[in-house]
Amino acid sequence: MDRRKFLGVAGLTAAGAGVFLAGGCGGNSNTLKIVSSLPRTGSAQGQTDTIVNGIRLAMDEYNNELFGHKLVHQDMDDATAAQGQWDAGKEADNAREAISDKNVMVFIGPYNSGAAKQSMPILSEAGLLQISPAATWPGLTKVVPGDEKSGEPGIYRKSDKLTFCRVCPTDNVQGPKTAEFVARVLNAKTVFVLDDKELYGSGIAKLFMEACRTKEIGIKILGHEQLVKQNNYKATLQKIAQLKPDAIYFGGTSQSGGPQIAIDMKGENLTCPLIVPDGCYEKAFIEGAGADLFKDVTCYATIGGKDPSLLTTGAGAEFVKKYKEKFNKDPEAYAVYGYEAAKVFLEAAKAVGRKDREAIRDAVIKTKDFDKGALGKWSFDADGDTTLQELTISKIENGKFKPVKSL
Amino acid sequence: MLELFAQSDGAGGFGQYLLLGLVLGSLYALIALGYTMVYGIIELINFAHGDLFMLGAFLALQLADLWFKQVTGDTTGVLPVAALLVLMFVLTPLFCAGLNMGADRAFYKPLRNSPKLTVIVTAIGVSFIFMNLGLFWRGATPVKFPDLIPDTNLIPGSGLRVTWKDVMVVGVTVPVMLALTVFVKFTALGKAMRATAQNPTAAKLMGINADRVIAATFAIGGALAGVASVVYGLYIKSVDYQMGFQNGLYAFTAAVLGGIGNIPGAVLGGLVIGVVGELGKAYLGAKWSEALIFAILIVILLFRPTGLLGARTREKV
Repeated sequence: MDRRKFLGVAGLTAAGAGVFLAGGCGGNSNTLKIVSSLPRTGSAQGQTDTIVNGIRLAMDEYNNELFGHKLVHQDMDDATAAQGQWDAGKEADNAREAISDKNVMVFIGPYNSGAAKQSMPILSEAGLLQISPAATWPGLTKVVPGDEKSGEPGIYRKSDKLTFCRVCPTDNVQGPKTAEFVARVLNAKTVFVLDDKELYGSGIAKLFMEACRTKEIGIKILGHEQLVKQNNYKATLQKIAQLKPDAIYFGGTSQSGGPQIAIDMKGENLTCPLIVPDGCYEKAFIEGAGADLFKDVTCYATIGGKDPSLLTTGAGAEFVKKYKEKFNKDPEAYAVYGYEAAKVFLEAAKAVGRKDREAIRDAVIKTKDFDKGALGKWSFDADGDTTLQELTISKIENGKFKPVKSL
Repeated sequence: MLELFAQSDGAGGFGQYLLLGLVLGSLYALIALGYTMVYGIIELINFAHGDLFMLGAFLALQLADLWFKQVTGDTTGVLPVAALLVLMFVLTPLFCAGLNMGADRAFYKPLRNSPKLTVIVTAIGVSFIFMNLGLFWRGATPVKFPDLIPDTNLIPGSGLRVTWKDVMVVGVTVPVMLALTVFVKFTALGKAMRATAQNPTAAKLMGINADRVIAATFAIGGALAGVASVVYGLYIKSVDYQMGFQNGLYAFTAAVLGGIGNIPGAVLGGLVIGVVGELGKAYLGAKWSEALIFAILIVILLFRPTGLLGARTREKV
């Protein structure tokens, strides 16, 4: 090794040690950390802003302090600008960063079910509590009928203790209840189903169709077509127009073609309503199609759980009021889930009374009849799913989602 | 086949899908011309061409935003909309032509004597640069393009839906392609382009300024992409920063299908891909249409390796 090389190596080692020390010193043992990993860049940013606001609001209620420890929130981003949405590598990185920081007691997130598949095994292995405010794929917690081969949810559980729970209702609620809405409220007898061929989109379309076929609902499915992202859907919609369905259902997101379908429905003069799931329940969906378009195309978007504008009594109303005071605007759909996730953690941690990952985790997972949040009384079931079984349907009007019905 | 034709009574039958395919096909043809002309002259597959097309659409969108915000708030009046359309159809091709020429000047010209592969990899790099410019410009989500041309059916009762939008696409693309043919056939610069394509060394010996010819080729190819991008925005009504990839891929396939380097070939290839893609969506299902396009490409290249109209003659442009 010549001298220059030696100096270089020595310098690098010193620098590395420096970084290590700085990192070590940064973690004050007197803090208690909540991390959230959500897509903070790209089209879902509007929604995740409200989740983060919800978390901060909950922390404020404890004056950002818990049994003598300072409460700190770390706002992680699992999206990249290039993708415009969540990124598998980033979500996994976030999970690893969270488990290596001893002050982190909970990992709130992610927003997308696909991202959850990345972080769940990592957090499960480390035994760190994970609460998702928005991931709705049923397979994350339960065996999906007809999909046993995938090995879900066992493949995400690396230890025998549950680490994952969620405060939002799953697609098991969303699919069937949407079918109920289409049959009872829209009085539709026939429907055409489209999906985007992705995990979430085709999954929810399948659940919707299964519910349509049941006797109680009895909607006739005129056809089902899987779309890959295309520059237009005119030919498909022309074909559908000839079948004259009472409604069209699209299982997919604003990134996988939702806005373009709405645009081409107008272009092809299709007047039946379009129903989309919570993957399209974001501003990007309305902006991508243009707010004016929805004067001509009737569009309903569903979201598991309760829209904040329907929270008019008790703790729910109190939450809406406080949110408005602090952030100066109305809470959006996911704000309340951010709040609820933080709240259920904070209450359990307060009861445990010490900084202990395992004890807090088990206390949260065992939560029963929780009523300190905004959503009323609920419990986690044996798989970590909420017992809340509600669906809100909103109609797009004047560039906004306006809740019309809660089931 | 009889069944297919029997459906053509209602809007959405065979005739309707065919029309849709032809309209989209002429759009792909416009983009394909840019690929094929550049290839004809310097044998470069310009992978950045699709992303140039995307940037053109973003410029047109920006023009519309500025026009309606700064100049006139009237988004429905015939006069302001017509003026905006003229503005778009003039400025966007100019912008794309300039950008394409600039890219040639900055990235490809210094590599003129390097191995072909170097230039192609550079073009892939330029494609990423353009794509990221688009990402910074309008963000990651699809953006609505103003709906300026009405969707009213011009021949109601005929069972076929032909709208002003369809008329616009054909009314823009066909004259542009005719003008290009006349230009290449009869003008001095066009003749110089053909000469350079046929034999660059001999062309140089005859006193043709090769650099000027290459620059002109990039400018014309870029301008065609610019025209295509405005037509695309008005027709599809939504643009996003990744649209250059899929549409560019279709156009490139069209150029190869028709015989890369061959101008009528690119037009024919574009039309074939448009029609096959839309008929595939209608009769086989949307998820198969892309596979069908590439299956047809493979079959045709198996039997005619030079493409449909490719290189029987040595003339490439």
